[in-house]
Amino acid sequence: MDKLLLIIKREFIARVRNRTFIVMTFVSPLLVFAMIGVIGWLVSLNKDQIRTVAVHDESQYFVSAFKDTKNLRFKDFSSSPLDVVKDSVVLKKFYGLLYIPKPHDTIDFVNSVRFYGENAPTIEILNTIERVINNKLTETKLIEKGLDVDAIASARTKISLKIENFSGEKSSKLSNIIKIAFGGVAGYLLLMFIVIYGNMIMRSVIEEKTSRIIEIIISSVKPLQLMLGKILGTSFAGVTQFAIWLVIGGILMFISVFVLGIDLTGANPATTAVYSEARNLEQLQPILQDIYKLPLMTLVCCFFLYFIGGYFLYSALYAAIGAAVDSETDTQQFMMPVVMLLVLGFYIGAFVVIENPHGMVSVIFSMFPFTSPIVMLMRIPFGIAWWEIAISVFILFLSIIGVAWIAAKIYRIGILMYGKKPSYKELLRWMRY
Amino acid sequence: MIKQFLKIEQVSKRYGDYTALDNVSISVPEGSIYGLLGPNGAGKTTLIRIINQITLPDQGNIILNGEKLQPHHIAMIGYLPEERGLYKSMKVGEQALYLAQLKGLSKSEAKKRLQYWFEKFGIGGWWNKKIQELSKGMAQKIQFIVTVLHQPKLLIFDEPFSGFDPVNATLIKDEIIQLKEEGATILFSTHRMESVEELCDHIALMNKSKKILEGEINTVKRNFKTNTYETALDTDNPSELEAALKERFEVHPATFKTLDTYLKLKITLDDGASSNELLQYLINKAKVHHFAEVIPTVNEIFIKKITDHG
Repeated sequence: MDKLLLIIKREFIARVRNRTFIVMTFVSPLLVFAMIGVIGWLVSLNKDQIRTVAVHDESQYFVSAFKDTKNLRFKDFSSSPLDVVKDSVVLKKFYGLLYIPKPHDTIDFVNSVRFYGENAPTIEILNTIERVINNKLTETKLIEKGLDVDAIASARTKISLKIENFSGEKSSKLSNIIKIAFGGVAGYLLLMFIVIYGNMIMRSVIEEKTSRIIEIIISSVKPLQLMLGKILGTSFAGVTQFAIWLVIGGILMFISVFVLGIDLTGANPATTAVYSEARNLEQLQPILQDIYKLPLMTLVCCFFLYFIGGYFLYSALYAAIGAAVDSETDTQQFMMPVVMLLVLGFYIGAFVVIENPHGMVSVIFSMFPFTSPIVMLMRIPFGIAWWEIAISVFILFLSIIGVAWIAAKIYRIGILMYGKKPSYKELLRWMRY
Repeated sequence: MIKQFLKIEQVSKRYGDYTALDNVSISVPEGSIYGLLGPNGAGKTTLIRIINQITLPDQGNIILNGEKLQPHHIAMIGYLPEERGLYKSMKVGEQALYLAQLKGLSKSEAKKRLQYWFEKFGIGGWWNKKIQELSKGMAQKIQFIVTVLHQPKLLIFDEPFSGFDPVNATLIKDEIIQLKEEGATILFSTHRMESVEELCDHIALMNKSKKILEGEINTVKRNFKTNTYETALDTDNPSELEAALKERFEVHPATFKTLDTYLKLKITLDDGASSNELLQYLINKAKVHHFAEVIPTVNEIFIKKITDHG
């Protein structure tokens, strides 16, 4: 036990003192923030740009319907001939020219409206123009049919479906987005953690092999102890790094929001989606309510269970891979299936679970130990029966014992093998020794 | 009766279809320097790993200091493996402390002893250097210190002199002899048999996973000597003398270095015949510059043993 602590301590210090680790810990949050800042700045730069569109409306019927917006100006050029307008648009560097023929002269009016421009216009501008013409045209046709436009406008309703399950729990479209966001963030964090720190474990095993210290160490401690100490020491370093990232991120967020007054939400598509949804519904309160309604306790407990479980399962594999090879370049062959499993879990979560969280595929992959940590974390916000979670956790931890046992066998043999890169067949043989 | 410090009893180890050790038994007397000799692939390293509890035997027992081998025994063993190295980016002092603590020393005790050894080897200034800043020879000194720091009763050196430069090799040799005098039992393993011959009291020869010979080195040599003498003679008529000798003894030409050109011969006497008889005969015929009994080297014994067994 004392020796295990010694190993954990050494591994932790070795990781934390590493120059790359220090740089990664303190520089990467700054980089991420700088990147968000730059993207936000670029987006705002685009937003501030005012674009002018010349409108040549032959009937002069539509032109009044075009209202200037913050970034878009419309200029009426209906009185000048089209050729002249075209020239002046180019000369004045306008964004484009909208040409609307007379509706009654043209048989196929809906397909005759033209937009001329140096470049293809943005979707946003196209949508605006199309909407204006559509509305105006619809209105005209309604009036022609002798209908009261104001009455129709006041009769128009906008419905927002309220969703409720049979036990009376209410939810909404918004709460679904929140559920996906929670599950997605949890699953993604786990995925990142496994990839980053699993690789770190693998590299440190390879380092012990290449520096030839391994045999000196395992004449003092059991290989299993060394493997366990390595995994734990590296995890603690990882948790430390994550904690520092959170703190720095928090401080930077605080500085940017309260001191510099930057609107960070604008730069982040995910939060924008939630916010805009919220604005549409004119209710911010439900977001908080929906978050409270999530199985928060279950989510937090399961996050830790699956985080630890998933991480241990995969780090045992990473350690075994490190032991089997002599150099990092040789790891590719063995890394492939591991990464495939991880990515598979994430894709199942991102595509299948969101579509159908209680479907067959979701259930199966939330039981399969190599994908369950990620898939189950993504399913839990949608409400999962406790026994389903219990079975999945049970399978996961049982598999950890199995995988660790196999990994330890490969590790025990592999760390003393130098030279040739083993094949899968040889790895199987090592398990039988 | 000398106490046997380490006893290997009928140990076998198989890796799949490959037999690494086949029913090997050896006993290492307390306070001796014991040479485990044999070519590459004979099973020496496997045996040593079993003694160090790195690998488990399939069959057989290991008795250390009268007890069956147990995990706590690792504190009694100091092991310098053939494949040896240190953490490159760790500081010398911290690393030595870590390895000593893994062997069960307390931190303060380890520090005290390290200071003694660092002073002895004149490397006190290295404490805060990283291994990657040291030369290979310097790192080897650290490895040696780490191996002996916890004052193990049994020291195991696998190919100890491979990779050591001559200066360090001599230094280590002297240290090993001193450790022996202080009461440690030392087990050497090497395929370069001549390198440890002068150091060893006892030897075991291994070939193809089997022990083929074991014993006290002088006894082994006595058993394999053939009553043969090597001589360098100064005579006016060498061919006549050689012909005369051939009539009475078994004679072969010999090669060894001398200052002048002499008649150099290897002469084998009948069993029981005395060297004095030969010497007396030679003195009358020529000027004897060199006369010595041919003692077989371990290498020769090994080759003879293998060829005898077909």
